[in-house]
Amino acid sequence: MSAPLSPLGVRVEGLRRIFGQGEAREVVLEDVRLDCVPGELLAIIGPSGCGKTTLLRGIGGLDSGVDGSVTFYGDGDAPIDHADATISVCFQEPRLLPWMSVLDNVALPLTLNGVSRTTAHARARDQLKRVGLDADAHKRPHQLSGGMQMRTALARALIDTPRLLLLDEPFGALDELTRATLDDALLRLCQEHPLTVLLVTHSISEAVYLANRVAVLSPTPARVVTEIPIDLPSRTPLVRTTPAFSAYVSQIHEALEQAVAEARR
Amino acid sequence: MKSLWRLVWPPALTVLLVLCLWHVAVLVSGVRPYLLPSPLDVLAALGREGDTLWGATVRTGIATLAGFGLSAFFGVIGGSILASFAPLRRGVYPITNLLQMVPLVAIAPLLTIWFGYGASAVVAAACIVSIFPVIANTVDGLRAVDPKLRELFFLYGAGPWTTWWRLLLPAATPQILTGLRIAAGLSVIGAVVGEFVSGYMGSQAPIGIVILTGIREARTDVVFAAVLLSAAVGFMLFGLVSGVGHLILRRWHPSALER
Repeated sequence: MSAPLSPLGVRVEGLRRIFGQGEAREVVLEDVRLDCVPGELLAIIGPSGCGKTTLLRGIGGLDSGVDGSVTFYGDGDAPIDHADATISVCFQEPRLLPWMSVLDNVALPLTLNGVSRTTAHARARDQLKRVGLDADAHKRPHQLSGGMQMRTALARALIDTPRLLLLDEPFGALDELTRATLDDALLRLCQEHPLTVLLVTHSISEAVYLANRVAVLSPTPARVVTEIPIDLPSRTPLVRTTPAFSAYVSQIHEALEQAVAEARR
Repeated sequence: MKSLWRLVWPPALTVLLVLCLWHVAVLVSGVRPYLLPSPLDVLAALGREGDTLWGATVRTGIATLAGFGLSAFFGVIGGSILASFAPLRRGVYPITNLLQMVPLVAIAPLLTIWFGYGASAVVAAACIVSIFPVIANTVDGLRAVDPKLRELFFLYGAGPWTTWWRLLLPAATPQILTGLRIAAGLSVIGAVVGEFVSGYMGSQAPIGIVILTGIREARTDVVFAAVLLSAAVGFMLFGLVSGVGHLILRRWHPSALER
């Protein structure tokens, strides 16, 4: 097992994305600036349909139509080539292969890249234990609940010890309680090996609970209107009921409403 | 086992009823056996000509299997190539659809010119009629693979070959199997039509030739028996494809999940 590399920083400058041409032309991202330092968990929040997913796809190199610069850097600001960046993405849907067992699904990023089945399976078993699914390794995805499928996707995203994890509303389709459990699972996984996480979400409380910093986006054309550092004493379920927690929630809520109001004007 | 029985008995009862009606109709109308033999006549022919018919069935079965195997292999390969290269698909796919309309009976004599009189023309005929549904279903199945899963493979740096083998082919398997099931039935038709023109000699006669000689000699009961056996070949191939397909899909696909 290779030693995990140090977390990655991401600097986004002047990111623009325009869809369509002529009358259908729509500017979705307008000069987005972000700097996510190594080891940080940065949440990106914004009104629905504002281009959060587009932004994440631009950063992950999944969208060839974005303009602007996305640079990765390691410790001491040393620039890192996109090819060495080891980025992992977890999408809104689990995107599991229905014909493969849960174990094979988690091992997929390894087996696709020439790792032997035995090694890949051993590591996949390890990952499944971390998300509490070791008893379900030989089930097919359709036999799992929505939350379990998402946990499988999370285990898969983290199996090749990425330096940067991009999360696109990964728990958006789940109920409140399952979501809270998964938030804790995510935190636990992030503590086990240091990595940088960029989380797109539409849940303010999830952003406050998980993130070190929350970037608030405006409605389309999206840009970053404000960044709010989060400094909570602990990240345990109990913190959700503290006054400090609700103060952050209402601060972000106001920032969002203000951004929407300004866009209407 | 109980559910299998419930699946089998209604059609079995229908067949039995039809056979009874057929027998009674032949008895009552007094129609001559060379026009319409009764089911018992056909059964008697099966017993009397058992050796000839069995040999013929095996020969036709082997030719059918060979033709089906070729169309399964080249159909999936060809369909994959067409699905992967858009310009090629635009140029070729509409024509393959048109080629399906060419009646096999019309081109079968040509096959004997190209492949000579004998087994290869029969196999070619079986392959030609059955390859098109395999190509069409492979192309459609591969193109319908969820783009989100394709993106996942792109993200993991999987090359085109790996993506085909580990994502596209398994995802398209249900639809490819549909094509293969259609091809199973068609390949028997192709083989028998091929045999009609292939000019096999007496002792080596396959089903198609047995039918032709039976007609010539007005032995209609033997013709009926031969037709029945050729249908059995198709039925077995269809069953084989369905069974293998069920084994492949039974763990994950909604069409085959055990409830």
